[in-house]
Amino acid sequence: MTPAVGKPLDRVDGRQKVTGTARFAAEYDLPGLAHGVIVTSTVAKGRVTAFDTAAAERAPGVLAVVTPKNAPKLRPTEPFGSSETKPVAGTTTAPVLQSDQVFWYGQPIAVVVAGTLDQAKYAAHLVRVTYDAKPAELTLDSKGRVFVPDKVQQEEPEITIGDAEGALTAAAVKMDHTYTTPQHNHNAIEPHATVAAWDGGKLTVYDTTQFVFGVRYDLATRFGLKLDDVRVLAPFVGGGFGGKGGAWPQAFLAATAAKVVGRPVKLVLGRDQVYACVGGRTPTRQRVALGADAGGKLTTLIHTGRTSTSTTNTFTEQFNFPARHLYASPNIHLAQELIELDVCPPTFMRGPGECPGTFALESGMDELAVALKLDPVELRLRNDPDKDPTRGTPFSLRKYKEALKLGAEKFGWARRTPEPGSMKDGRLLVGLGVASAFYPVYRMPSSARVEVTAAGTALVQCGCQEMGMGTATAQAQIAADLLGLPVDRVKFELGDTALPFAMVAGGSSQTISVAAAVTAAVAALKTALLALAEKADGSPLKGLKAADVAFRDGGLARADDPKAGESFGAILARAGRKAVDAKAEVKPGDEAKKLSMQSYGAQFCEVRVDPDFGTVRIKRFVGAFDVGRVINAKTARSQFIGGITMGLGMALLEETHRDPRTGRLVNADLAEYMVPVHADVPALEAYWVGDPDPHTPMGAHGIGEIGITGVAAAVANAVYHATGKRIRDLPITPERLMSAARESPR
Amino acid sequence: MNPFDYARAAGAAAAVTQVAASPRAKFLAGGTTLIDLMKLHVETPDTLVDIGRLPLDKVEAVAGGGLAVGANVRNSDLAYHDAVLARFPVLSEALLSGASPQLRNAATVGGNLLQRTRCPYFRDGVSPCNKRAPGSGCAALGGHNRGNAVLGGSESCIATSASDMCVAMAVLNVTIKTQGPKGERAIPFADFYLVPGETPERETVLDHGELIVGVEWPALPAGAKSHYLKVRDRASYQFALASAAVVLEVAGGVVTTARVALGGVATKPWRVPDAEKLLVGRKPTAEAFAAAAEVATKGAVPRTFNGFKVALVRRVIVRALETVAAG
Repeated sequence: MTPAVGKPLDRVDGRQKVTGTARFAAEYDLPGLAHGVIVTSTVAKGRVTAFDTAAAERAPGVLAVVTPKNAPKLRPTEPFGSSETKPVAGTTTAPVLQSDQVFWYGQPIAVVVAGTLDQAKYAAHLVRVTYDAKPAELTLDSKGRVFVPDKVQQEEPEITIGDAEGALTAAAVKMDHTYTTPQHNHNAIEPHATVAAWDGGKLTVYDTTQFVFGVRYDLATRFGLKLDDVRVLAPFVGGGFGGKGGAWPQAFLAATAAKVVGRPVKLVLGRDQVYACVGGRTPTRQRVALGADAGGKLTTLIHTGRTSTSTTNTFTEQFNFPARHLYASPNIHLAQELIELDVCPPTFMRGPGECPGTFALESGMDELAVALKLDPVELRLRNDPDKDPTRGTPFSLRKYKEALKLGAEKFGWARRTPEPGSMKDGRLLVGLGVASAFYPVYRMPSSARVEVTAAGTALVQCGCQEMGMGTATAQAQIAADLLGLPVDRVKFELGDTALPFAMVAGGSSQTISVAAAVTAAVAALKTALLALAEKADGSPLKGLKAADVAFRDGGLARADDPKAGESFGAILARAGRKAVDAKAEVKPGDEAKKLSMQSYGAQFCEVRVDPDFGTVRIKRFVGAFDVGRVINAKTARSQFIGGITMGLGMALLEETHRDPRTGRLVNADLAEYMVPVHADVPALEAYWVGDPDPHTPMGAHGIGEIGITGVAAAVANAVYHATGKRIRDLPITPERLMSAARESPR
Repeated sequence: MNPFDYARAAGAAAAVTQVAASPRAKFLAGGTTLIDLMKLHVETPDTLVDIGRLPLDKVEAVAGGGLAVGANVRNSDLAYHDAVLARFPVLSEALLSGASPQLRNAATVGGNLLQRTRCPYFRDGVSPCNKRAPGSGCAALGGHNRGNAVLGGSESCIATSASDMCVAMAVLNVTIKTQGPKGERAIPFADFYLVPGETPERETVLDHGELIVGVEWPALPAGAKSHYLKVRDRASYQFALASAAVVLEVAGGVVTTARVALGGVATKPWRVPDAEKLLVGRKPTAEAFAAAAEVATKGAVPRTFNGFKVALVRRVIVRALETVAAG
């Protein structure tokens, strides 16, 4: 039997999804279901002085208007990141429905519950609110509190090696510029939605989340319940991209409303409310300064800047992480400060940190290559480090140069003529650009249960998440190979707190975290099967130790003699059993401390620019990645090209407009907040080196986020090559290209 | 959405009577603007009179080579109509550059003539907006006004006319036919729309209860060519940053007919007669086109974020004219 791992298998749930039988949170219609609609604040800071709910309460079908006056008292949440041992997931400490305070424009301040959705929506519009508004701090340049965070995703906020500024002054060739990225917002197809139902003191919740155990912990904390009295289910999630990584207010608001009306309540955010109530990606302002000797070796690397956080949660967008690991330099200075704003707390968005960070760093590398008159691929090859540049640790796997060369070959980089504006397609300017992709390897604790049956099938369970990436497919492939079964005999169940514990599907950590638990559970299962064989008479496995046998062809066999073994059915029959199972719970070891564990890649972009209108169209895009062993070639490709597509939006289109006078988001809909449409995205190509990482489960790395990193820089660098114009502020709009001057190399 | 009464019209006259009877009644056709704005509580009619099934769905030839088009003809059907494709490509191009296939399948000619602005402050239901809440002010003037108008605006309103179809119709010299409480009338396209001035809530010369039943336009001059060019950030599904509809006839090496209208930059479909006059009698050169583009944007008032549209629309005009001049 050839291994299932690596094959481009179709998704096991593909048919369910395209035929509409996969059920998402808002599709659970429980008996007696009522509908909740939130009312949001129309000031950015201050307090509600009065609710006039009379008209809403009189409206047809209305069951309750829940405000701080009549909401049950809840306990404070425990914010995401505030504990290393508990699955805390609170996204905001704002005491929503517990106080009259308003912390951002669009904050939920009331919930209207009615028999139908239309009744609830209409009544929500009838709630009149008066405020005592206070001046709000809303931009990176405002008077909000500026501070350096204690930690950046568990790492030091500042790194200083040598004398970076001194080396910059002394550098033979240098660049020093500021780059900005605007606020972005998540636009998963499925908006945030919860169905909450109480049964006495027990709460069941269907939620759209990347973290069922986090939502369970958050609800149990807020309502003062035991963890076992709360069950959270999310068997399918319609896209998350980080925006469902924590416990956002819709879940506890639905549970609160259900408690008030004594019926199950469904609460679905409107698209504009997803923008208003889920934080999005912080704007960033970043300085990148690079110095090099005449031979193109970096002598200094500076990457500093400011991002925003909120008054009700601290979130740090780790934009300088790529600079910690990508390039060798004797002098390095990396730093970050935060400004506290009166906004919905910023949160994870695909490649948080690495995504805006690579825009600045990789634009900077391109600018340095121009200043050096050196090919930008060659510049990167010359600065490949032999050990981690900031930690000094060896790499667990580093095939960055291989990825760069693979991408260059597939893309046809050699045809590029270096002079900006030198390549044309009729009236249009042609540009070719490159940038590095980068994302760390994260692994988290996980657990799993494995059961095999006499019929030769296996059930594998873990309360992890499927939000489009193909979790059940990849894990079934892994389990099938471990168990010696064809993949169609393995079923993988997920998305339920009744299953074994898993952490958030975030940080591209899920595949290897769960794979480690599945591997351990399968090992425990082997021991359990041998124990059964030991007790039965006549088994060829009798007397053998785990190390002596292997899973093979739907059973166990001697490792040194594949014919000496028996099937699961035979083992179970001798033992008089129909099935046998085993569980395992595993934590990462200290490999991440001893080694530098990162994924790398190279993004290659070809653009066409209309020189009159400043419009940019993507002609071709190639990504090549160093991500260890790929588990499923089809779903992996989808992750890469999905990331690239999102990166194209970041490069050319996406920007959340916040009105600086009020704090209101001006373009909170899919017509005015622009993401790429099909016509913007050419056929995308994704390749990978494929060498396994000897220090990760299955030799794999997570791949959900690296695809977006470096894309915006590759586009900006291609635009520079086409036009000679360097756009350092995203998105690259017609007006920016029309007003920018051509730059000539120093 | 507010509760409302719904009635299906038995005929055009009955529809007019029904809407005229209530000041808050509205006609419903494709619904692509009206229903959207009702969900946002920007439109709050108490009665909808559905005219969608009235037999106003014909595209017919008129003497001399023009076309008469019923108000209920769908945008998709008009865009792909043989006569439109063959003789009025500017209209087909404009229609197909707008919205999405699904929306074009629902949207009607009559409805598109009355398409409301996409100004975010009009649509949000809470910001000061003289169009939505007369006298409340204009949040767009000092706000995010990238999409707003640089031509035809006032200190009361700079909301951009959103339609692509209307820009093409402006250069086809369309006549809008209506039936209203006071009878029937034919309104020249140039007289149909109002600039906001101090009354931005009033967008056309239509009376309450007056129903558009169709549009009609004559043939283009025999040697004329037409074209619609739209520039936007993304390749599809976006309103114009700037667009131009042009009709150009060149005979004996000089321009004999020139019609130019602009979209995405003005408060109504924006014909530029001074630019057209400048072109007639001149050679169709890049210099002439640039001079016309300059004249076309005379009086433009750039705001905080939309100043680039002045230069952009000039370049769009030049490119559109070059394209038709090149054949």
